[in-house]
Amino acid sequence: MLNDQDFMRYSRHLMLEDIEEAGQQRLKQAKVLIIGLGGLGSVAAHYLAGAGVGKLLLADGDKVDVTNLHRQPLFDSFSIGYNKAEQAKRRLACINPHIDIEAFEQNLDASNLAVQISHCQLVLDCTDNMASRQAINAACYQAGVPLLVGAAIRFEGQFLALEPAQSHGCYRCLYHPEQSPPMNCANSGVVGPVVGIVGLMQALEAIKYLTGAGNVPFGQLKLFDAKVHQWQSLGLNKDPHCPVCGDQPCN
Amino acid sequence: MQLIINDTPQQFAQGLTVSELLEALKQPALGVAVAVNAQVVSKSQWSQTRLQDADRITLFKVVAGG
Ligand SMILES: [Zn+2]
Repeated sequence: MLNDQDFMRYSRHLMLEDIEEAGQQRLKQAKVLIIGLGGLGSVAAHYLAGAGVGKLLLADGDKVDVTNLHRQPLFDSFSIGYNKAEQAKRRLACINPHIDIEAFEQNLDASNLAVQISHCQLVLDCTDNMASRQAINAACYQAGVPLLVGAAIRFEGQFLALEPAQSHGCYRCLYHPEQSPPMNCANSGVVGPVVGIVGLMQALEAIKYLTGAGNVPFGQLKLFDAKVHQWQSLGLNKDPHCPVCGDQPCN
Repeated sequence: MQLIINDTPQQFAQGLTVSELLEALKQPALGVAVAVNAQVVSKSQWSQTRLQDADRITLFKVVAGG
């Protein structure tokens, strides 16, 4: 049940007829795993903590670096050298002391991933590399847990919502591991707000999914081209030979 | 036949596959993805997917950073 503090803190949600008390209650009971606390995750985590998601699990093995600060607003100069998940937890606890936050100061391996994902209603892939993204996709499909994928580089952002119970394709259908580009934010650069916008999309669709407000665009790849300020939407069908979601999965 | 590549019309031989199109456009082997008429075509389907006149092709980059 929501208490008096909750009614004050979340009043701007409660006055929305698509959220109301029932939606806020669902946020309070929700458990969400955010993997990666960089440009995507630090923005998404900030808003989900503020929104009152009752339990946030944060996983990142990296330490804060000075080159992160132009796009990772949970951190400041005093965070440099400390673990991102732990620093994010400290900051988020100040933003909202009424939620539970657990920090994993390591990159989750396959067995850890499976365990943590099975306890969650929703997972946010905020990582920065193809291998992690493929592992998270496979684990979410195995556990039947919805996944919100964000990615960004240079002036380009991508967002994809996946619901394993639906018939659309998965992340492995979208990209084969060997399609992986040889670039990342560290060697190609990224404009801070572009990655922030994608992280916000992940937070927004998480709130919609958990409260039941509106429709989450499951199975549609959203491409953001910041240079011309345009979003494009592409459908994603199942690849019949997909080893993760195809007709003959062989995990 | 005419294909619309990222909003620009271009002429190609009849019956081209997605793989042949990427070769013709001199696309790099890594980091590129394709949609035909706003539907993503998985890499495993590139060599079997034949394009038709007036197909709208979206070439986009594989983005995995964050
Ligand atoms: Zn798949």
